[in-house]
Amino acid sequence: MTDDEPVRDAGFDDFLDALADGDGYYVECANGHGSLPPRRVCPECGSADLTETPLPDAGEVATYTRVHVPAPSFADDAPYVTAVVDFGPVRLTGHVLADYEDVEVGTAVEPAVGETATRGERLVVFEPR
Amino acid sequence: MTKVRVAGVGVTAFGSHPERTSRDLFADAGLTAVEDAGVAREDVEGVYYGNFMGELSEHQGHQGPLAAEALGVQAPATRYESACASSGVALRQAVRDVRNGEADVLVVGGAERMTNLSTAGSTEALAIAADELYEVRAGVTFPGAYAMMARAYFERFGGTREDLAHVAVKNHANAVGNDRAQYQREITVEAALDSPPVADPLHLYDACPVTDGASAVVLVSEEYAESHDLDAGVAITGTGQGGDRMALQDRADVATSPAATEAAEEAYADAGVSAGDVDLAEVHDCFTIAEVLAVESLGFFEHGEGIAAARDGVTTRDGDLPVNLSGGLKAKGHPVGATGTSQVAELTKLLRGDHVNSEHVPGARVGVAHNAGGTVASAVVHVLEGIAE
Repeated sequence: MTDDEPVRDAGFDDFLDALADGDGYYVECANGHGSLPPRRVCPECGSADLTETPLPDAGEVATYTRVHVPAPSFADDAPYVTAVVDFGPVRLTGHVLADYEDVEVGTAVEPAVGETATRGERLVVFEPR
Repeated sequence: MTKVRVAGVGVTAFGSHPERTSRDLFADAGLTAVEDAGVAREDVEGVYYGNFMGELSEHQGHQGPLAAEALGVQAPATRYESACASSGVALRQAVRDVRNGEADVLVVGGAERMTNLSTAGSTEALAIAADELYEVRAGVTFPGAYAMMARAYFERFGGTREDLAHVAVKNHANAVGNDRAQYQREITVEAALDSPPVADPLHLYDACPVTDGASAVVLVSEEYAESHDLDAGVAITGTGQGGDRMALQDRADVATSPAATEAAEEAYADAGVSAGDVDLAEVHDCFTIAEVLAVESLGFFEHGEGIAAARDGVTTRDGDLPVNLSGGLKAKGHPVGATGTSQVAELTKLLRGDHVNSEHVPGARVGVAHNAGGTVASAVVHVLEGIAE
């Protein structure tokens, strides 16, 4: 291990890899609760009976904001629109690739993986349908 | 089970003091509290200390021992970290330890040094209270997270930026005479609405400032207070803590703060009071929308009605239920790790009558302190009562 060698976050980066390939998934427990990896038990009910279930192709914006004052890792991205998107069993947070004025609660979007303008780091993005 | 009294309080001037170390800030507040209490330094049996971002702002972890030595106290000391609720959870632990007879005299407080960082640096540091993988890497800042809560609230219950501006105007007005407050000046609704956007729909005047400061309270058992003839006329009679999922995306509802509701219900039951008994409150208004969520979780208003409380004058200093007479986080300032015990210090002074705003609550007996961590994934509530001597 060297200081400049990026280290993966097991579970999370696997999830992003799958989402980037169009094979997004979430973790579903025996009682139907959805969560995101890494998980050993369901955070809602503690069930250890977990399966990877395909993420629905599209979700709806549950809430959103336009960030004007970013952290340094998003300095060149601001202003940008961030939203929590509801996929039913699970919700995901990411950048909406649309103008702020074109986003509303309920806007239908599809998830993908993009890169930040600032450092080229991967992040969840949403494209309007 | 013994009862817990607040024997003394101390709070530094909150503001921009970039050169002051957190150990010096805490010495300032803690020594004031010990002197105010009139307890012997050697009687202090422990120091419970809240701090959030010391590793990032000062490259300093393990601050507990530094906090004890800053006070000249030879006792074990522990740092508590629960984001913006750090000293609130430290206080809860101390209350329980005094009640259980584990200790008779404890110093509880917190400190935070923040303005030595740039705006970008403090934005980055504050964001670590959110979920690094699923929120921060998606660009969620602390204001951004509360902005999404505000949007969800507006969508579900209604409300406007102007309603929120009234919260800021109220808290600034309360801070005018408070010489510990960072902003001792009034603002107008128009100025709040015209301030630059931070994360829509929240603008600069919806947000608390970045603050350096420290606070401390001295807790004693009722027996110790009596045997040492202390002037300790305020008791902590209720404590409660609630929790929620860390990330907003993992909560079914982000237009309310259920962790604070849980904390309030536990604290009220513990004290044997109800929301209707409360005369004044200090709540965690890191953003204007946060005060709205707080007053609803505390049971003062139904969901959807807290938004109008400041605008309608219910929570102003001459209203039926004054909220944040200190100026709140908005105007008093928010040195993160110090905030929880600063609220209790301000409430203690308001109840015992030596606060600049005590005149607005002359008959007040029951006060509530509400301290939240992150986007209220942690919440702690305490009930304080004035003891009729």
